[in-house]
Formats: sequence, C-alpha cells, structure tokens
Amino acid sequence: MADDGKKRRPINRQDHKTPMPEQAPEARILNYKEVPLGYTPEMAMNEATRCLQCKKAPCRTGCPVDIDIPAALDLIAEGDFAGGYRKMRETNFLPAICGRVCPQEDQCESMCVLGKKNEPVAIGRLERFVADWAMQHEDSEAGAEMPVCKPATGKKVAVIGSGPASLTAASDLVQLGHEVHVFEALHKPGGVLFYGIPEFRLPKATLVKEIDGLAKIGVTFHMNYVVGATETLSELRERFDAVFIGTGAGLPWFLGIPGENLNGVYSSNEFLTRVNLMGAYKFPESDTPVKPGSRVVVVGAGNTAMDSARTAKRLQPEHVTLVYRRSRAEMPARVEEIHHAEEEGIEFKLLHTPVEIFGDEKGNVTSVKLQKMELGEPDASGRRRPLPIEGSEFVVEADCVVVALGNGPNPLLTRVEPELELSRRGTIAVDEETLESSMKGVFAGGDIVTGGATVILAMGAGRQAARSIQRYLTTGSAAF
Amino acid sequence: MGYRILKKRVLVADPKTVYFEVDAAAVAAKAKAGQFIILRVSEPGERIPLTIAQARPDDGVTTIVVQEVGKTTHDLCNLEEGQEILDFAGPLGQPTHIEKRGTVCCVGGGIGNAVVWPQAKAFHEAGNKVISIIGARTKGLLILEEEIRAASDEVIVTTDDGSYGRKGLVTDALKEVCERETVDECITIGPVIMMKFVAATTKPFQVPTQVSLNPIMVDGTGMCGACRVTVGGQTKFACVDGPEFDGHQVDFDELMKRLAYYRDLEKISYDRALERECRCGKCEGGE
Ligand code: FES
Repeated sequence: MADDGKKRRPINRQDHKTPMPEQAPEARILNYKEVPLGYTPEMAMNEATRCLQCKKAPCRTGCPVDIDIPAALDLIAEGDFAGGYRKMRETNFLPAICGRVCPQEDQCESMCVLGKKNEPVAIGRLERFVADWAMQHEDSEAGAEMPVCKPATGKKVAVIGSGPASLTAASDLVQLGHEVHVFEALHKPGGVLFYGIPEFRLPKATLVKEIDGLAKIGVTFHMNYVVGATETLSELRERFDAVFIGTGAGLPWFLGIPGENLNGVYSSNEFLTRVNLMGAYKFPESDTPVKPGSRVVVVGAGNTAMDSARTAKRLQPEHVTLVYRRSRAEMPARVEEIHHAEEEGIEFKLLHTPVEIFGDEKGNVTSVKLQKMELGEPDASGRRRPLPIEGSEFVVEADCVVVALGNGPNPLLTRVEPELELSRRGTIAVDEETLESSMKGVFAGGDIVTGGATVILAMGAGRQAARSIQRYLTTGSAAF
Repeated sequence: MGYRILKKRVLVADPKTVYFEVDAAAVAAKAKAGQFIILRVSEPGERIPLTIAQARPDDGVTTIVVQEVGKTTHDLCNLEEGQEILDFAGPLGQPTHIEKRGTVCCVGGGIGNAVVWPQAKAFHEAGNKVISIIGARTKGLLILEEEIRAASDEVIVTTDDGSYGRKGLVTDALKEVCERETVDECITIGPVIMMKFVAATTKPFQVPTQVSLNPIMVDGTGMCGACRVTVGGQTKFACVDGPEFDGHQVDFDELMKRLAYYRDLEKISYDRALERECRCGKCEGGE
C-alpha cells in the first residue's frame, strides 16, 4: 500500500484460499454451465486482504503480462472493484478470459510469498471476479469505461488469427493508436478460446463480451478470412505497415495406429469444435452432430484431453475413460482440471497406450486394444520414458475415441510463403527478442512459434510482439 | 454482413438443384478450378464444403451449384436472390493441376458436372483437347450441358435410363474413349461410387486420374482432421492436401463409410426442418 497516510488495513491471516463456490459434480455433468461459480464481493474482499502487499511483488514477475497485482488486490480489498478492474486491464485487456484459463498455480500464484508456508493468494479468482463484476456493471460508469487509445498514428497493422496471442497484440496495438485489423479463418473470433475451451470453463458469452470490448476500442474483425487462401501473407504485408501472425498450432496429431480412420475416432480439435464452436451439444437445435456413443476413450493427459473427457461426459455416454501412457506425476494438465475430471467420474487408465482400434463392417469403432506401459529412464524432456510391456495387451469396448495428443503447426499460411523461414518442426522462425520473422515487418508469436503451450504464454508473446511492432513502426527497426 | 445472392437459377426441380451467384469478391479474386468454399447458411448452421463452379474476379461473383440432400442444402436452396448466406470462406484446397497434357477426359456425374464445367474450361484454355463425359440418371437431371459443351472439344452424355444421350454409365463411354485414343489425363467428380469405377476404368490404360473428394469437413483449414482420407496407405486431410487425389491410390470404401457416419442424425435434422415448414396441419410445424 502506498504511504499516503491511509490507515493500514489489517491483513487477513487465513492460511488457505477463500474457497470457490462450485457446481456439484452430479449436477454439473448434466449441464454446460460454468463449474466454478465465482466469488461474491465479500469473498473477494476477504481473499484480497490476505495479500501482504509485498514491495517487491514477486507475483508480478510470474505474470507474463506483468499485471500490477498488489495494486489491483489493494483496490479489491478496499471494495473498489472498478478500480481493481481498471488496474488489471491496464496491462491485460482480457481479464475475464485470463482469470479463468491461466495456470496461475505455475505463474503469479507460484511466486506468492504466502505460498511458501500456506496457500498463495487466489489471484486468478480475483482477476475473474473483477472482470465479471465489470461485465455485470457495464451500464454503470465504471463498468462501461473503456481505455483511451492514443491519437491515431495512421499506421495499419494486420493481425492474423484471433486466438489469445492475436487478441493481446491487437489490444495493445490499437491502444497505441494504430489501425488494427484481425483476420480470422473461422466464423467466430477467439480461435482456441472459442472452438477449444469448453463452455463450462469459459462461457462463450463472457468470451464474446471481452472480444466485443476490443471491437469497441477500434479493432476491426474480418471473419471467414483464411490468410494463405483468401489472401496471402505477402499480399497482406503490402497493404499493411506491419503484420502479426498468431495463428496457433492447428494441425492435430494422431496416433498413427491401425484403425485410426474409423468412424468415431476424432481429434480433440474436431470433437471440441463440433461441440463448442458448432454447438453440437444442442443438436438437433443446432445443425452439427457429434456422436459420443456409449463408451468414450480419450487419449492424452493435457488440458485438451481433460476438456475432451469432461465435454464427452456432458454428452452423457455410459462411460468415459482417459488413457495416458505415463503416470499421474507426468500428466501435463492443470491440477484443477485433473481434479475436476476425476470428480466428474472420468476413469483414468494411466500407464496404458492404444495400439490398435477395431471397427465393424460399417467402419464404426467397436473397441480399442490397449497395452500396459512402465516408466524407464528419463528422456530428452526430462520425464521418464514410457516403455511398452510385451504381452500385456487387452481390448476394451469403445464407440468413440478422442485423440488429444496436441498439434503441430498448420502449414496453410506458411506453405505459400517461400520467403518466410521455418524451423525444422515447421513453426515460424523468429528472433527471440523481437519476434520478428525472416520477413521484414512480419512478426509471429504463440503456438505457431512455440509449437504448443498455454493461453497465457501466447498472450505474453502477443504483448512482446506488440512492443516490437511499436518500435518497428516508430523507428523502422524492431531491434532494441 | 453476409454474402448476398445475386442470381439464383433452379436447374432441376427434384431433387432440387440450384445455381447461385454469390457476392464474394475475396473468394472470386483467388479461386481456381478445383477449389472449394465452406459456408454456413444461417445460425446455428453447420459448415459444409461446396466446390466452386465459377469465379469471376472482374465482378466479384463466386458461383456454386447445390443439390438438396439434407437440412443445410435445403435451407440453402430455399434462399432467394437478394438474401444472404451468413458465412462463406475460401477459396480452400489445392487447385486442380492444370497444364498442357494432350487429351484430357473430364468425367462428371450428377451434381459433379457443375465442377466439370470449370475444369473442362481450364484444361481447354491450357491447350488440351478436352473430352467431357457427363452422366445423369435421367435427362431432367443433367445440368450445365450448354456450358460444358462450350468448354469442350467433344461431349458424351450418358443417362442411366437412356432418356437422353447414350444409355449407360459414364464408365462405359470412358472405356470406349480410352480404347479409341490415347488419353493423357482423366479428371473426375461425382458420386464416390462413380469416381471409384472411373478410377478402375482408367487403371488398365494407365491414365493418370484425379478424383475430387468430398468428405465431411468442419473447418476446412486442416485444423480438425474430420476430412481425412487414405491415399496410397497414408492419411491425408482432403481440405488442405486435396480435395483432388490420385484416384488409383484412394481408399474409396473408407470414404463411403465415413460419409455415411452421421446419416441417421442428418435425417433427424432434415425431417425436422421439413416438418417445421409443413402446412398439412397435422405436423407440429406450420408457420
Ligand atoms: S475439415 Fe478440418 S481438417 Fe479438413
């Protein structure tokens, strides 16, 4: 707290996070509504007063978008939610999204001093709280208030893709006074936030509102615009002063085992897109179908695998099993997601891997052959390598298999750009500092560069690129 | 916001087959023969791929030909001039590889003839001798014959019932052509079963044969894998690697099974739509 003569607020010595009210597992698997219900104002103030207001604010260093967390929490503790929101939004235009999908336990909260002995301050929950508060009070002056953009610079920036990296870059650039155009291939903006993250983790209405905020401060969105097809990157480059590529890593990996093209085998991208983007859970009210069948097997253990399993659960098959070739300790998903999945009755088959998928004469999946695994020596990733146990195969019934093994870089945009340098993995090669690609004035960030990471890391990259683009537009060079 | 329909022509009454000219300048500016678009008619509609019949960069018109086979195509065929298609993205997929080969056979069936038209035209313009073989079940279902004639050196029409042209299948005519003269390339689009037999027909003559596949798609940009097909034992994504592939390598049986997977649900959706429009008084619907 600033030394402004204000009376020092007593610190709340509660040793654990103020619990988040949640829908009970039995109830929530029958609907698509959000699982955590959000703090009440009292809960938020109670939690925010746990913050020690450290001068050094280690939490800040854990935040890829550098939110002034102590300042925001101080305002929340005082009951000034509009102020808390404004503070968060100074460096993060998408707090309702980040408050929900960032892995705070690995970032800001992991650095919180309280976390050494007790539970850290629930920064993510507070971020979500103020964002939701602002949306609920959008008619009030504080809720409706939009950041003021700098005077128009006359420069035009194209942002390709509308996922987390792109939205962050767009919000920073528009506030700097540039004319920003976002080009999205699908019919809705948000990228993976729309098609990938389920309604029960990030409600579409919340997402849409946050994106609408960007439109309100001047970002122009172009839907159904497939860069690489509708227009090439080089052509866009000609029309704009700078370009940011944040198209993500949208090329799903499959297992490469026999039977993988049988009906009922989905990539997690397809499964989630059908349900989230196309609304298949409302079929036949919406036109796109999905077939979860009665026994679903989800392969993988990242956040997308958890999202797929939990989404499948809500389509009410008899059983959902999640198969992972390593052990619990290696599961890449957030602890909270794993916990939620288990609560919802998803069976985990750890140290197992599918080796073949079987089908009937119609080409529909009927069963999956699994093989048991054991952990050997650590591999290049530092995790213990899973090794198959010979002769341990057995067959489980399944009529739906969702493969959630991650994504490689989608070549749609890059393959028609011989000038654009790629890494051996097919991701866009960029300067680590500036995120500038081999094409002058063309920057890239997020999964199209890293190959697959988290939403917030993508947002951090969007911010980093926006800074470089600003330098590039003002000095003619992105270099420091 | 949407994409306006500038012109509508009903080519066949039943099954309803409609020609649309759509105001989609960005697509028209880029589209080449063999490419497709993905559209959504309205909220909360599904995304379906349709091959582009004609693109006119000069006036920004993109032409598609649609046959009513389910709910989405039903909704689409019911749109009138002046109305809008909600979403229209493209041009997607790889264009047909067009070069001077010598003699090229373009083989189409049913609605596929709408795409034979631009392909025949493109091959013709590239200096090939173009023989178009176009088939339909019966005379009334044959579409765009005039246009295809204008783009071809020779046209052979076949109908299953002999009501027009030659009685028989396109494969019969194709075989005769292959026996009669050297065919340097064959390109085919139509029902999967027809393409399968076209590929089987050209195989003994070793005629390179491109087939234009139409698997189920969602995004159409390589993101989901719904459109995967097996070609030469390898999995390909038709929306980005295709839609055209070497017909002698394609696993057509797998494709047919994949296309049939949602048929039960598609029928539910379609029946509901028809019922809603029904005015018999007995159904739930009625407007
Ligand atoms: S339609 Fe989704 S990858 Fe081809």
